[in-house]
Amino acid sequence: MAEFCSTSRVVIVAGKGGVGKTTVTAAFAVAAARAGRSVLVIEVEGKSGLPSMFGAPALGYDEIDLDAGIRARFLTPDAALVDYLVSHGLKRISKRLSSSGALDVVATAVPGMKDILVLGKVKSIEESRLADLVIVDAPAAGHAVSFLLSARGLLDAVRVGPIRKQAQDVVSLISDPDRCQVMLVTLAEETPMSEVVDTAFAIEDRAGVALGPVVINGCFAPLPVAVSADRAAIADDARACDRFVSQREAADLAEAAAFLEERQALQHEQIQRLRERLPLPQIELPFVFNPDITRTQLDTLADAFRRGVEQL
Amino acid sequence: MTIRITDLVDERRVVICCGTGGVGKTTTAAVIALESARRGRNACVVTIDPARRLADALGIEHLTNDPTEIDRKLWADGAAPGGRLSALMLDTKSTFDLLVTRNASSPDQARRILDNTFYRNVSGALGGTQEYMAMEKLHELHDEGGFDLIVVDTPPTRHALDFLDAPARLTRLLDNRVFRLLMMPTRAYLRVASVAVQTFLRTVARVVGSEVIEDVVAFFRAFEGMEEGFRNRAQAVGALLADPDTAFVLVTSPRRDAMEEATFFAQRLAQAGQSVQALIVNRVHPSFGTEAPAGLRAAAQALRISRGDENPTEPALRLAALYDNLADFREIAALERDHIEALRDRIGTDSALAYIPYLAHDVHDFAALHEVGDLLFDTISAR
Repeated sequence: MAEFCSTSRVVIVAGKGGVGKTTVTAAFAVAAARAGRSVLVIEVEGKSGLPSMFGAPALGYDEIDLDAGIRARFLTPDAALVDYLVSHGLKRISKRLSSSGALDVVATAVPGMKDILVLGKVKSIEESRLADLVIVDAPAAGHAVSFLLSARGLLDAVRVGPIRKQAQDVVSLISDPDRCQVMLVTLAEETPMSEVVDTAFAIEDRAGVALGPVVINGCFAPLPVAVSADRAAIADDARACDRFVSQREAADLAEAAAFLEERQALQHEQIQRLRERLPLPQIELPFVFNPDITRTQLDTLADAFRRGVEQL
Repeated sequence: MTIRITDLVDERRVVICCGTGGVGKTTTAAVIALESARRGRNACVVTIDPARRLADALGIEHLTNDPTEIDRKLWADGAAPGGRLSALMLDTKSTFDLLVTRNASSPDQARRILDNTFYRNVSGALGGTQEYMAMEKLHELHDEGGFDLIVVDTPPTRHALDFLDAPARLTRLLDNRVFRLLMMPTRAYLRVASVAVQTFLRTVARVVGSEVIEDVVAFFRAFEGMEEGFRNRAQAVGALLADPDTAFVLVTSPRRDAMEEATFFAQRLAQAGQSVQALIVNRVHPSFGTEAPAGLRAAAQALRISRGDENPTEPALRLAALYDNLADFREIAALERDHIEALRDRIGTDSALAYIPYLAHDVHDFAALHEVGDLLFDTISAR
């Protein structure tokens, strides 16, 4: 696990909305912190479910401690712009520029400018070695590709000036596998699987960013022993161990087992398909029987993450 | 009185499906339009989904920015007579181009705007433009399309509410104080403005280069005289959203993050004077009976205990695994339903509520759309 965490200092976690990117980010952070790494998680979009998983208050622009060895912060383009201007000796106008709404206009004039500001800030965090591992919870899938492509796009659009330099620095960060890689997250379902394949090729071919393992979230774990979802078989087992199982209970047990079996079969099929279509190592994380992810669930997921990494 | 989803489908003129990405919004929008058509109305679904899943589901090769009517043979088996079903895939740029062309005072003004680099970025990349154009398209279809019902799928952003703000946001961009200053040299007050303008221009040019500034200035100059038209249009879209014939349907999944977003969404809608008429929860786990998870866990525990020297038998271990599995599903079902009820309490208990269970397969044909439709509309009548 420690070795895996030192592959690259920045890991960008990306995937379609609803696949559990933030959950995977949190599980990865916990696993890395347990392996002795100091971790900084950066949230870049909207409000995040991350702090509530650790029982912490909402994130701000300043770092907060989420857990032993895990810090987190939020990064917005506006705040990154102010930082950028201040560090380039343009402090005096930084306020005016951000408060007048001019950033919206300039950012529109220069597509990808906001992404560059955010990635530029990630780069300066990486360079200042504020943490052993920086995990970026990226924007949802389609946007993740444009997020990563922004630097190259901007190099074409802007020929001079400090923003161009910023874009060059970002390109050299994200295209260096020792410094940065993307970890894709998906579910073992048809649509997310198809999208993750498209995203993977786009990120590698067009953005030139190295891909780490793909994390398949929400995989139903096998039961500890093989069971049959057949009511007659359940009745036989009940008789064999002298337990009274009502008809109704047998039906519930059988239906729940059949549902699990069916989901597992569908997931297995999707995982196989992904293996054929996308030559990347896979890490499977178990389905959590709770819609609320808290520290308890994160520990389970972090264990599974570590086991997945060890099997790579 | 509790609203029924069938009321929305039968009586409203506009249904807007909102929610975060990955919760089945696109499919839900298609199912609502399909049901309306099956009940004899002329329905159109507007999708923004870039993955073309809806086109696949509807069995048409390519959806365009104009409504395409779908052959009745594909969907009308057993349906009421007279219904029609159309679909379109929003093309943000074409919609924006049309808006510019219609509002320009001359073809020349339109051309100057459409050719401007800054405009091309606005129409392609400005956050909120897609949302705004979805509403613009809705307005256009509402006024000119002749449909009884238009169902709109909203973009899968985390900021699922952007469309409420989007018209104002674009107007704000056009009204931007700094850029109004930029325009001034062409008007009066030249000397008053020039120091601020020059300072600003120099700064921006230092950061991104002067070509960018030239494009922006050219854009704002070209736009002169059109702000009014845009503002009026934005107001008209706002009025349509506030119309009592417009219904908001909140689509979500029972996961906590989706639920939180949905709650936030409902609050924002309430602030905007809108209420959610229906809550549709996708991907709900089945509940498998009524037994309490604690009792099931205890049963599993008892079966795993060794008796004397004897280890638990294979049948006992199998049965224990079955009890634990049932307990897992009972637990998640209970937690999911708690979340759903809490959300519904917040948005108003007179709203319609529907659960759509986890489906074994993704929706990519009419048979699957019908299956979801049956689940959606049956759960309503059953409640």
